[in-house]
Amino acid sequence: FYLTPPQVNSILKANEYSFKVPEFDGKNVSSVLGFDSNQLPANAPIEDRRSAATCLQTRGMLLGVFDGHAGCACAQAVSERLFYYIAVSLLPHETLLEIENAVESGRALLPILQWHKHPNDYFSKEASKLYFNSLRTYWQELIDLNSGETTDVKEALINAFKRLDNDISLEAQVGDPNSFLNYLVLRVAFSGATACVAHVDGVDLHIANTGDSRAMLGVQEEDGSWSAVNLSYDHNAQNEREVERVKMEHPKSEEKSLVKQDRLLGLLMPFRAFGDVKFKWSIELQKRVVESGPDQLNDNEYTKFIPPNYHTPPYLTAEPEVIHHKLRPQDKFLVLATDGLWETMHRQDVARIVGEYLTGVHHQQPIAVGGYKVTLGQMHGLLTERRARISSVFEDQNAATHLIRHAVGNNEFGTVDHERLSKMLSLPEELARMYRDDITIIVVQFNSHVIGACQNEE
Amino acid sequence: AARMFLRLLSDVRWRAANPKWRRMTCSRRRTSTTAEPHPLSLPARAQVVICGGGIMGTSVAYHLSKMGWKDIVLLEQGRLAAGTTRFCAGIVSTARHVSIELKMAEYSNKLYQQLEQETGVQTGYMKTGSVSLAQTQDRLISLKRIASSLNVMGIPCEIITPKQVAQLHPLINIHDLVGAMYVPEDALVSSANVSLALATAASRNGVQIHERTSVSHVSVQKGHVTGVETDRGQIQCQYFVNCAGQWAYELGHSGEEPVNIPLHACEHFYLLTHPLKEPLASNLPTIVDPDGRIYIRNWQGGILSGGFEKNPKPLFTEGRNQLEIQNLQEDWDHFEPLLSALLRRMPDLEALQIMQLVNCPESFTPDMRCIMGESPTVRGYFVLAGMNSAGISYGGGAGKYLAEWMVNGYPSENVWPLDLKRFGTLQSSRTFLRHRVMEVMPLMCDLKVPRWDFQTGRQLRTSPLYDRLDAQGARWMEKHGFERVKYFVPPGKDLLDLDQSKTFYKPDWFDIVGSEVKCCKEAVCVIDMSSFTKFEISSTGDQALESLQYLFSNDLDVPVGHVVHTGMLNEKGGYENDCSIARLSKRSFFMISPTDQQVHCWAWLKNRLPNDSNLTMEDVTWKYTALNLIGPRAVDVLSELSYAPMTPEHFPSLFCKEMSVGYANGIRVMSITHTGEPGFMLYIPIEYALHVYNEVMNMGQKYGIRNAGYYALRSLRIEKFFAFWGQDLDAFTTPMECGREFQVKLEKGMQFVGQEALLEQKQNGVYKRFTMFILEDHDTDMDLWPWWGEPIFRNGRYVGKTTSSAYSYTLERHVCLGFVQHFDEKTGEELVVTTDFINQGEYEIDIAGQRFQAKAKLYPFSSLFTHRRRKDEVELSGYQRE
Repeated sequence: FYLTPPQVNSILKANEYSFKVPEFDGKNVSSVLGFDSNQLPANAPIEDRRSAATCLQTRGMLLGVFDGHAGCACAQAVSERLFYYIAVSLLPHETLLEIENAVESGRALLPILQWHKHPNDYFSKEASKLYFNSLRTYWQELIDLNSGETTDVKEALINAFKRLDNDISLEAQVGDPNSFLNYLVLRVAFSGATACVAHVDGVDLHIANTGDSRAMLGVQEEDGSWSAVNLSYDHNAQNEREVERVKMEHPKSEEKSLVKQDRLLGLLMPFRAFGDVKFKWSIELQKRVVESGPDQLNDNEYTKFIPPNYHTPPYLTAEPEVIHHKLRPQDKFLVLATDGLWETMHRQDVARIVGEYLTGVHHQQPIAVGGYKVTLGQMHGLLTERRARISSVFEDQNAATHLIRHAVGNNEFGTVDHERLSKMLSLPEELARMYRDDITIIVVQFNSHVIGACQNEE
Repeated sequence: AARMFLRLLSDVRWRAANPKWRRMTCSRRRTSTTAEPHPLSLPARAQVVICGGGIMGTSVAYHLSKMGWKDIVLLEQGRLAAGTTRFCAGIVSTARHVSIELKMAEYSNKLYQQLEQETGVQTGYMKTGSVSLAQTQDRLISLKRIASSLNVMGIPCEIITPKQVAQLHPLINIHDLVGAMYVPEDALVSSANVSLALATAASRNGVQIHERTSVSHVSVQKGHVTGVETDRGQIQCQYFVNCAGQWAYELGHSGEEPVNIPLHACEHFYLLTHPLKEPLASNLPTIVDPDGRIYIRNWQGGILSGGFEKNPKPLFTEGRNQLEIQNLQEDWDHFEPLLSALLRRMPDLEALQIMQLVNCPESFTPDMRCIMGESPTVRGYFVLAGMNSAGISYGGGAGKYLAEWMVNGYPSENVWPLDLKRFGTLQSSRTFLRHRVMEVMPLMCDLKVPRWDFQTGRQLRTSPLYDRLDAQGARWMEKHGFERVKYFVPPGKDLLDLDQSKTFYKPDWFDIVGSEVKCCKEAVCVIDMSSFTKFEISSTGDQALESLQYLFSNDLDVPVGHVVHTGMLNEKGGYENDCSIARLSKRSFFMISPTDQQVHCWAWLKNRLPNDSNLTMEDVTWKYTALNLIGPRAVDVLSELSYAPMTPEHFPSLFCKEMSVGYANGIRVMSITHTGEPGFMLYIPIEYALHVYNEVMNMGQKYGIRNAGYYALRSLRIEKFFAFWGQDLDAFTTPMECGREFQVKLEKGMQFVGQEALLEQKQNGVYKRFTMFILEDHDTDMDLWPWWGEPIFRNGRYVGKTTSSAYSYTLERHVCLGFVQHFDEKTGEELVVTTDFINQGEYEIDIAGQRFQAKAKLYPFSSLFTHRRRKDEVELSGYQRE
């Protein structure tokens, strides 16, 4: 069984999406040129999610990848809801009042976000009302709180993450009269998701990370080579500080049982996540909710199962770690990806592959004849060779697709091996998860001209 | 490298009678010219100021001065012939699709040929001929169509085999060719030197030429040019000519009163090589390989080869930068496809050494035709620019026509296809131009097939019904920025196929349009015709009537509620516009003209209506949606919707009434359809458009109503022998020549424009006659379809060309419309065309070299179509606009 190159391409490109920040008057004044994103499923259905949106009431753009576990419900909910919580947290008091007044009087709402979605990225219609009410309660509290201070992006991100996780937990406890929704909010709460979100506004780049997805900056050195700068820390057993944090939060008596086989309580890989109320709620609460919940939940062994050594919940938090970075002209791109990518590729290779892809597309050194003696035939040979080089890069029009091709198809020499790629992509559903994880990638390309100009102004 | 390319001339001083040329030996010394004697100071006033010292500016100066205008100043911001003119490839080619362009190129060729003798300036003129290659059968058809046109114009031209091509050029690879067209008279020139020769001659005739003088803006008072501001002072003038090439757009916008000149520059590349080991002969023909997108000419023993790539690079979108034109980069990667095409065509050139890749920007226009004529908003402001990379071919002829236009008020040929007034402000967006020229430039080499539509710059002007019609399968074309329906694809048809049916043979939409036509004949169809230009002219007293009576040939003093078809004629009796005018009240008129008349007609009337505040003219085009209800059941639909009797007894033909349709009031209903079929035009205030459309469609259901498009309309009007302005009618056609004497009221009791010319024609007869031809032995399925511009032969002799054609689903034959002339067999002199002359001939129509028998008719088959209607219901004649 063998996939032809076009078949491989159609699999790889099925979920690819590109967005270019529109030019105004031949110019783009945003520090972001655009982004490419893509996903390759290993689970069926895929448990990863991605989101991208432009904030309309404040400046800036939001991009995020979400890696779900124990189902995709939580990742789906976070991908739909988190950016609204962030956007609302960033809004000035007057705008919040305006929005609340509009809702109160039934007027049209100011649009808060402009989404950039692949057709396969869906929103749940059924839950939108419920989600909206929770969000409204949040901004009403923000209005009442009116600190009067200008919103700090870092704080806004942390508040938004925590608030959304709180709402997920609360909705599951309260339940919903509609049985479909009731089951949905429970599935959301009992599954989990990590989140890695970037907020870009001019030269200010904030990364908020919860869990083991990763943000990496691609930097072009003066000699043209590429290097990678991590803009997030993985929240897992490999991160000593993270292990330290978890241990600090629980009595010394639990020290041994907290992290087993590199997993939280011996079960969970990420040390921070949305949802996963099994690691947050008290045993009593879990039992009560499961028992009063629908039969599907009651029959599910996983939800009924209480983690071992479960003494002092919560063991898990959705609070993100936020890193702020001032963009420089040499910062050419940002890669956000779920652990599916980072398991297979070193960040240095990611930086090089994306960097070469992007520059290969945009700047191949021009040829000049100058005073040299060149014949038409020689020139033709040279040009054909250059074009062949470009077209091999051009096989992918999307940097994320290009990266996935390498992640899945790279052989020991670091080049794409078609046979390997074909085998990896033709694995039957039940086997795929054993060889690879879901991969979700967003590659954001920065506008060095704008960044340079901003720097000069400052 | 520029040194090798062309010798450069220093400006020195230009004196009227004694131009002194000094040749620079080396371009490097250009900088030293600043040390030369101070140039002459500018005159304080002149009759004409021409801006631009390229081929266009010098040609206009040359021709104006030849025609006797002497008080002319030509200003050039840098050096004469130093812009695109200097860099262009210097090919004079008459192989053109549009007849007026062909005539300009032919004249240029003749002019350049004798220019050296006339002026003493070497022009490098060399008659080499040109060979246009065809790699496909479709391309060969396209070349054959051109060859037909060239032949009847007396320009030698033949279709040759690949073997003959090989004999004409030693290097050429002919294995992939199916044929070619050889035009032996085509030539090569040094374009800069042609321009300098024209300048020399103009200067001898008294034209003052000033280099290094930039025009900053043109001053306008009361809508008329009064002078120009330059960096060296002011010149008062009556006429200004903008020949600024790729800067023409900006110069047009620099004044207080903007003049829209829609053009945009693109980079254009060509290659220069060192000589071959055995240098190429200088009389070797130029090769044009449109399928490879390249041209190749001999150049100093080597070759010059450039082309029109698929992915052009527009530049200067943000504005002018004179300096940049010197510093444009060579882009070899961009040139690669063209280089491949070159080496494929001439494989032996592999070893030839490169000299330079020249990057020479050219300006392109939204419809691939150049821009000429007077501004519709500023009188005395003339333009000649936007040559779409054929500046040298057109330069002589274009300059001549513009000079005639300025001196005589109108050129000696119909130049409407090139008239600046075919564009309005809607084509002046930089974004639009940038996008459109990226489509236009590759078209230079693309196959010109019938009914081609631009893909860029679309959906600008739309009817309020656009989405509704689109959802019902409408396929769109564009006219003057307005989206119009071609036809409706029925559900279930393969849509992709239809959009790609671009062919010289029977198109895929044949049956679709056929069924729309059938529905128009048997039931009722609705066509959205909102793009029509609509003016309202009204006054407090009789001023409106009096002015219109003077400007239009038919009698407009009709009872209120009548509609009059009438021409808007020029002094020679030719059609400047053809329109329908409804008398809304004693003092107000509603005028409907073709879509592309919006700018021209407005300017024409503005310039001629008395300056009277009690007389107002308003462009209400955007205020009304127009629905054409065509067919025998239109009357039933409308009377059911309005509860008013619509039968001819109550609503006679050529009648107009405001009435209610459905809930909507104030709908102007006119009993005309522009096709000769029964039915009504509905002029609906736009906010009611959707309502009225829905009502009509709902009510029409039981009468079998359906949507139709312009292709159906076109078929209907052509089989009814209806001429339309812009295609069949132009400023050189009078009502007498197209059987419309009844639309002229010579005795309406007052003078009108064109009356004298028409009276004379009535007495002396006409020299051409609009005729309808029915193709006899033409197989619709197998033969090439006629289009327009096909030569007409009478008894084997050329007598004219077709102007439009369509398949008549009623006659089941092709119908061509065109003009027949009568040339004296010996002298070629034009003779009067009589009815007998038309009727007593055997006719043939030449489609791409193949002749088809045709039957000529001077009157439509009225009986065939109207057997169910009384004679008085029949719209005697009408007009159609597409």
